[in-house]
Amino acid sequence: MKLHEYTISQLHELIRKREVSVPELARYMLNRIEKLDSKFECYITVTEKQAMEQAESVQKMIDEGSLNSPLAGIPMGIKDNICTKGILTTCASRMLSNFVPPYDATVVKRLYSNGAILLGKLNMDEFAMGSSTESSYFKKTKNPWNTERVPGGSSGGSAAAVAAGEAIYTLGSDTGGSIRQPASFCGCVGLKPTYGLVSRFGLVAYASSFDQIGPLTKTVTDCALVLNAIAGHDPMDLTSSRRERPDYTKALVNDVKGMKIGVPREFIADSVQREVRDAVLNAVKVFSNLGAECEEISIPIMDYVVPTYYIIALAEASSNLARYDGVKFGYRAANPKDMLDFCMRSRSEGFGTEVKRRILLGTYALSSGYYDAYYKKALKARTIITREFNKAFEKYDIIIGPVSPTTAYKIGEKINNPVQMYMEDVFTAPVNIAGLPAISIPCGFDQQSLPIGLQIIGKRFDEPTIIRAAYTFEQNTDFHKAKPKIDE
Amino acid sequence: MEYEAVIGLEVHAELSTKSKIFCSCTTEFGGQPNTHCCPVCLGMPGTLPVLNRKAVEYTIKAGLATNCTISYFTKQDRKNYFYPDLPKGYQISQYDLPLCKNGYIEIETENGKKKIRINRIHLEEDAGKLVHSEYGYYSYVDYNRTGVPLIEIVSEPDISSAAEAKAYLEKLKAILQFIGVSDCKMEEGSLRADVNISIRPKGSKELGERTEMKNLNSFRAVYRAIEAEIARQIEVVKSGGTIERETRRWDDARGESYPMRSKEDAQDYRYFPEPDLPPLIIKEELVERLKKELPELPDARKQRYMMEYGLPEYDAGVLTSSKELSDFFEEAAKVSNNIKAISNWVMGDMLRILNERNLEVSQIPFPPAYLAKLVALLDKGVINGPTAKKVFEDMFDSGKDPEVIVKEQGLEVLNDESILLQVVEKVIEENPNSVADYKKGKKKAIGFLVGQAMKATKGKANPQLLNELLIKKLEE
Repeated sequence: MKLHEYTISQLHELIRKREVSVPELARYMLNRIEKLDSKFECYITVTEKQAMEQAESVQKMIDEGSLNSPLAGIPMGIKDNICTKGILTTCASRMLSNFVPPYDATVVKRLYSNGAILLGKLNMDEFAMGSSTESSYFKKTKNPWNTERVPGGSSGGSAAAVAAGEAIYTLGSDTGGSIRQPASFCGCVGLKPTYGLVSRFGLVAYASSFDQIGPLTKTVTDCALVLNAIAGHDPMDLTSSRRERPDYTKALVNDVKGMKIGVPREFIADSVQREVRDAVLNAVKVFSNLGAECEEISIPIMDYVVPTYYIIALAEASSNLARYDGVKFGYRAANPKDMLDFCMRSRSEGFGTEVKRRILLGTYALSSGYYDAYYKKALKARTIITREFNKAFEKYDIIIGPVSPTTAYKIGEKINNPVQMYMEDVFTAPVNIAGLPAISIPCGFDQQSLPIGLQIIGKRFDEPTIIRAAYTFEQNTDFHKAKPKIDE
Repeated sequence: MEYEAVIGLEVHAELSTKSKIFCSCTTEFGGQPNTHCCPVCLGMPGTLPVLNRKAVEYTIKAGLATNCTISYFTKQDRKNYFYPDLPKGYQISQYDLPLCKNGYIEIETENGKKKIRINRIHLEEDAGKLVHSEYGYYSYVDYNRTGVPLIEIVSEPDISSAAEAKAYLEKLKAILQFIGVSDCKMEEGSLRADVNISIRPKGSKELGERTEMKNLNSFRAVYRAIEAEIARQIEVVKSGGTIERETRRWDDARGESYPMRSKEDAQDYRYFPEPDLPPLIIKEELVERLKKELPELPDARKQRYMMEYGLPEYDAGVLTSSKELSDFFEEAAKVSNNIKAISNWVMGDMLRILNERNLEVSQIPFPPAYLAKLVALLDKGVINGPTAKKVFEDMFDSGKDPEVIVKEQGLEVLNDESILLQVVEKVIEENPNSVADYKKGKKKAIGFLVGQAMKATKGKANPQLLNELLIKKLEE
């Protein structure tokens, strides 16, 4: 087996037993990126120099015995909307094409202190707006399972890098499904934690009340390990929860006996691609066979999910993106006539089409005269959707369904049809609306051999239960073992 | 037709917290441009606000001191607008749930006391400052002030004249200073007012269309801007025009205002709840504690001065118009047994000298006890009135103890009859005309002769004694 195919826990063993050194591993991964990335285009920035320096110093600390985190020395990549001190952080936008933050995001700090090695910054949809990674200003990431297909989005670079073995694990951000959907398209594990579990400090905001950082990994075990490192209260983020973080590896238990599982019939409607539905129904069978109690339930709010999500998210986005006006950093239009021209042209030229579309929609939804009809209504709908889920969770431990209605589609297929693109989020967005945790794990393949993801949704802060269910499914199936065929 | 004005004030006061509202940067005034900022107050990508607890407490204190109701559940909202000195492209403020509401303060008017109702007090962040280049087509931004906590105090339109507006502002300033939440330095922009003005036929209940005058930063500007705007509106209406809803800018140097923007291009701020900050739950215990912490307010202190010191209402009012002045008075009064004299000195010569020299009370170079000493020197007859005035001026120059000044310059009153007698004789000899006038019955001529004698003693003579000796000599 090649080093890039190992999981975090396997590499940890190799490093511990001195079968591989941290600098060797880092060099191996950097070489692989150099060889492969022109094909998949996962990275916007590769931090070769920093990675090798980090690797040397982490190895030293391991040798001294002062660092024994399971993440020590493991090479990873970070989505380019998570700030890294001294390293370009572009959000895949022309607007921030030269932005080098003078600070690290809290999650980055925490990973560094666990000895993580940063390989580079990963491609994404511009400002995390999109479901295909086609709206990046820099490049279009390809799905490692089929390079004519999108990797999903917006954390497409993060998912593709894990699938292609260009990173052992990565961080993404999930506002309406941006970790889970690309994880599902690329056949890896992606977790969107409970809102407030992981600090947002340093995550360039798209929609503040939905955004959450989470890991993309090869296995559920790796996911628990990364979550252990990044979760927990941060005084720099007032929306981060003060509750104690459990040890998520304790949830890695191969047992779902007696677990109550709800399967919303709205999630397996006729509009869902047949193979996806079959894979989900097969997963239900797997869980039942393992002793879980699965029941079809109804969460009759699906028609409202996408509009509710898009109104609130875009309203927040229109405000969050107001700071990019050409004054302080980033892209600035040349030779402006006056202040208004300066600001308008910087924004017109600096932002891409999808970002501008969303800013306009969000601005409209908040403007006087439309606020009550759209934004206020959406807030009410948000309350109702949240209530529906809470009601279901009075009876069920987890809710399962598909991540996306389809498998990875062709590059260019939906890019000119924004509404069709927005509908991609129908099964993932309700989780963000209600602030719940959810994981995507591989659960099958379609006829084109494209991966299918299973979504497991839990109660607020009940990551242990979804990790346990996901781990049990993984231990009893082989879907996660399949690898894309990559000509090297 | 006679018109009356309907005026409402929106007053912004910078809170005197040590650090900014959402980060730990200093709020100190001045400093090289852009040296008091960090990624958070600059609104750099990925940064998040962390609310300053002290700023919330100060706002509640301001609310309690102005008889407001405190909201136990409140939140912050985003007010969206583009301006280069606004780093995030929105200001974090409070929209529909302000921290304090429905209060009032009392002011003195020509017709007695008047309650001015306060609609709300809310907490928000300040913006930066644009510095325009004198030479090229450049503007620079200084973000030092960005994120300094501000309270906005919105009055009901209960004010009817420029004088009332000034009295309201002065009272508000005194209250905020007394409770220590703002230094209210208008020259540093830490207190500024927007004024809403409309006029209506006297006695009418309906409100006319109003205009808004932005960012007035002195009492004088507020007074003059209101006078001018009332006059302008009356002029417009009388000549058959109508008042347009608009925002106007006041040019204090030229003493006139001009339109800035009209209702048509009014801003749509697109307020919505700030998603980066959870709602604010104010505990009753906190409000109770802050209530206990409130110091004596200007009105209470005024009452006490009248009761305890027996001062007239006017004196007590002037003395409590500013905390610094009042504290100075009180310190001096504590060590004096002639409180009325202390009050007279503070209200009279002290305010005059401060005004002439453009000084703040805090810049007085001597302690209040020195004023008490000066009064005692005068009362004991060690010095006379004119000398005391001169010594007081000297104290502002040197900061020296009045006793030391008197000694050093030999200013003690001349009480020695033998010396004074010599002076009197000399004056009589040198001024035969006045002496003749006096003897003809022009008793007033004595004044001139006393003056001459005082001059001869360089003002040190005991005037009483001098007077007696002169009369005695002339009557001989």
